[in-house]
Amino acid sequence: MARAALQRRLSWQLAEVVESIDETPRVRSIVLSAPDWQGHRAGQHVDVRLTAEDGYQAQRSYSIASAPDDHKLVLTVERLDDGEVSPYLVDELRPGDKLELRGPIGGYFAWDADTGGPLLLVGGGSGIVPLMSILRQRIASGSAAAVRLLASWRTSGDIIYATELERCAAVDGVEIVHTLTRESPAGWGGRIGRIDQAMLADVAWPAQTRGLSFVCGPTGLVEAVAAGLVGLGHEPGQIKTERFGPTGG
Amino acid sequence: MAFISRGFKRRTSEPGQEGRVPPGQHLTADFPVLSAGPTPHRQLADWSLSIRGEIDDPLDWTWDEFQALPRERITKDIHCVTTWSKLDTEWEGVSVDTLLDGVETTAEFVVAYCDGGYTTNLPLADVTGGKAWIAFGYGGEPLAPEHGGPARLLVPHLYFWKSAKWVRGLRLLQEDEPGFWEGYGYHNYGDPWLEQRYSGD
Amino acid sequence: MDAELVVDGNALAGVFGELFQHEMTIARGTCGGCGLVGPLAEARVYAEAPGAVARCPGCSSVLFTIVKGGGRYWLGFDQLRCLEIQAVD
Repeated sequence: MARAALQRRLSWQLAEVVESIDETPRVRSIVLSAPDWQGHRAGQHVDVRLTAEDGYQAQRSYSIASAPDDHKLVLTVERLDDGEVSPYLVDELRPGDKLELRGPIGGYFAWDADTGGPLLLVGGGSGIVPLMSILRQRIASGSAAAVRLLASWRTSGDIIYATELERCAAVDGVEIVHTLTRESPAGWGGRIGRIDQAMLADVAWPAQTRGLSFVCGPTGLVEAVAAGLVGLGHEPGQIKTERFGPTGG
Repeated sequence: MAFISRGFKRRTSEPGQEGRVPPGQHLTADFPVLSAGPTPHRQLADWSLSIRGEIDDPLDWTWDEFQALPRERITKDIHCVTTWSKLDTEWEGVSVDTLLDGVETTAEFVVAYCDGGYTTNLPLADVTGGKAWIAFGYGGEPLAPEHGGPARLLVPHLYFWKSAKWVRGLRLLQEDEPGFWEGYGYHNYGDPWLEQRYSGD
Repeated sequence: MDAELVVDGNALAGVFGELFQHEMTIARGTCGGCGLVGPLAEARVYAEAPGAVARCPGCSSVLFTIVKGGGRYWLGFDQLRCLEIQAVD
């Protein structure tokens, strides 16, 4: 159920970088301290704005990785080769630097513990970030909602939050499934190949459970997963999608 | 005083290119793909190019007829309203002057119309006199669909939203008629050297 | 691949927040082209800054456009025939 509420007028605020965590060679999590932060819902994002000395500005959106109940603000950013903002955030920004941001933004792709489950979270690449916020909130809030996370990566080295996801998999009611699309390593216990309807038939909750699905990542993956779920009988209204475009955010 | 992000700089033009890069633009080595909608996939057998409107006898060319027209190779700088500029881009196309050769018209304006529904408007004077082409080749190759193939309008002296992708015809008009973006906030003319990006600039 | 170029209405949440008091990605729009009804978050968005085009996920008709620049916003309306927004008590 959509939460109807008038929004506060969002202003730009300054946050300070507290810590940087290298998740993978291309992906970094940035822990921020924002005195004016009002909290968020799992799945929402922030807009980040960079300003050069000559006044030039560049602005991009990044999903919030932390859970609302974590009471901290963490962004996870993937460096895009031809990006303008992501290389700065991943390679240049360091603890003590300030970062201008506004948020939280987005009322559609958001989950609250009182919504319940069962939940299916499907993501590719940096599409995992808002899903991680939802998973972290499910755990931190003490919700009993059953959650299955299906994540698609190119190689096992690309898995973001790998260690934490292993810990999450041990939590009662949480299942984590990884699939690799460009690698088939020896001893790999997960799945191989792009997410398709056959894989969804195995992993997704049966349509009659009427659970919610959140699908996030590159547009092609989101389109294929949403179509696959509908093909399995899931109501389109129970499937929330967020397309990151060609680069996956 | 606005906050300045430590160590952040705008993408800069290469030195020595000043004078070729309009205000507010930066050079790119890529050729970004930007669209207002899905890429149409028009088969050449179903393609035609037309001249309509203020013309005694409407003109049509099939792809083969169009390919038989005199063609030119041109090298031009192009400038996108999203701030990227690309120098010395190489095209192959038929000059709009060739298409309008012998055409008598009282029209002063033209609207280009395209597969997918996109339109853009220009003064007729801005697509004649060696200023515009229907381009079907880029970089020595056939123009790729995501860049407007089979053919796009090419009007390099204006912002590149005027170089309409997937062009199918030109309609000659006595009165100006805003096209897609011109009706939704972009400048009616779009001179990059005067930074005419938005309506009223 | 062409499908990759498009995003969705979630990408407009920030600019909606500048313009509207209500959260607009959950507002439900009716397409005048095909009659489909759905949240604006599910519109297919071609974000060609400074202009964005939102199209119907059913029939691809242009629903609306947003251009921001030169100190102004332009909201263009084509096939977005009706918008339903939840009231807040």
